Amino acid sequence: MAIKDYLRERFFPHMWCPGCGHGTVLNSLLRAVEELGLNKSNIVMTSGIGCSARISGYVDFHSLHTLHGRALAFATGVKLSKPELTVIVPMGDGDALAIGGNHFIHAARRNIDITAIVMNNRIYGMTGGQFSPLSGPGKKATTAPYLTIDNEFDVVELAKAAGATFVARSTAYHCQEATNYLKQAILHKGFSVVEILSQCPTHYGRKNREGDAAAMLEIQRDSTARIGSKALDDNPHLIPRGIFVDIEKPEYCEEYNKIIDRAMKRKAS
Amino acid sequence: MARKKLKEHLINREWCKGCGICVRFCPKNVLELDNMEKAVAVRPEDCICCRLCEFRCPDLAIEIVVEDENDE
Repeated sequence: MAIKDYLRERFFPHMWCPGCGHGTVLNSLLRAVEELGLNKSNIVMTSGIGCSARISGYVDFHSLHTLHGRALAFATGVKLSKPELTVIVPMGDGDALAIGGNHFIHAARRNIDITAIVMNNRIYGMTGGQFSPLSGPGKKATTAPYLTIDNEFDVVELAKAAGATFVARSTAYHCQEATNYLKQAILHKGFSVVEILSQCPTHYGRKNREGDAAAMLEIQRDSTARIGSKALDDNPHLIPRGIFVDIEKPEYCEEYNKIIDRAMKRKAS
Repeated sequence: MARKKLKEHLINREWCKGCGICVRFCPKNVLELDNMEKAVAVRPEDCICCRLCEFRCPDLAIEIVVEDENDE
């Protein structure tokens, strides 16, 4: 299948701004699904609210456009009732780690077989450029005209600590690397988190004078390095990219099925 | 492995928003924006079919079509 076969072409051109990294994340994700040869009728995508959440409208999977921050809660319900389906949950900064932060850590703790993608553009784009828990200190936003003072979450460290069993980070610039990580995340049995640094040239880039979309991609290229690379050893201030966790742990739906079996046996005896 | 031979750049002008990402990162400078701010392949003979423009395009507007390789 071509990647166009996984799209709802009637909704194109999409609503994202020129040069928005979310489009590249969609591109990378479709290639991952296509290379895995997944049947689109067996995939469910749930999303919350925001620029990122519009992604569920563009893919020709089963899709749920739900409440802000609750994409993982809906996804948990879908997965528990139909564990045979592949559930993919793309989220923005807010969905994943502001209003949805609680769902994020608990989904990770349960190790439910869901692929969570954090499309991190460090800003709330749709509502006009407010800073998010991923903006970090010293950044400009409409709600921080004199710069932010809040520290940001490290998505990778948070996901690791919360118990996610697959954790990776890439960027929109490193699109082929992102496709590779997404493929592994989808195949992984358990809760997978893939953070993909994305650019918002309209709000974050303009306010913080990072230039146009291409210039912001150059920043992604120059401010990150693969784990284990010499570049990262020499410059520890760079943002590490790579697969940070890939371990096996009991998966939530399988454990839940054991409970059902136990309960049915007791009922029968 | 035989080198891939370009057939054409399929650029969807309806979907292209002219962000210029493909233009900036093409390793062979094949693409430019025209006066309508849409990507066009002005030097297709230089294309090495790396498909980075296609992979990075946020608008999913580019497809690199290669010659059929079944020429035994």
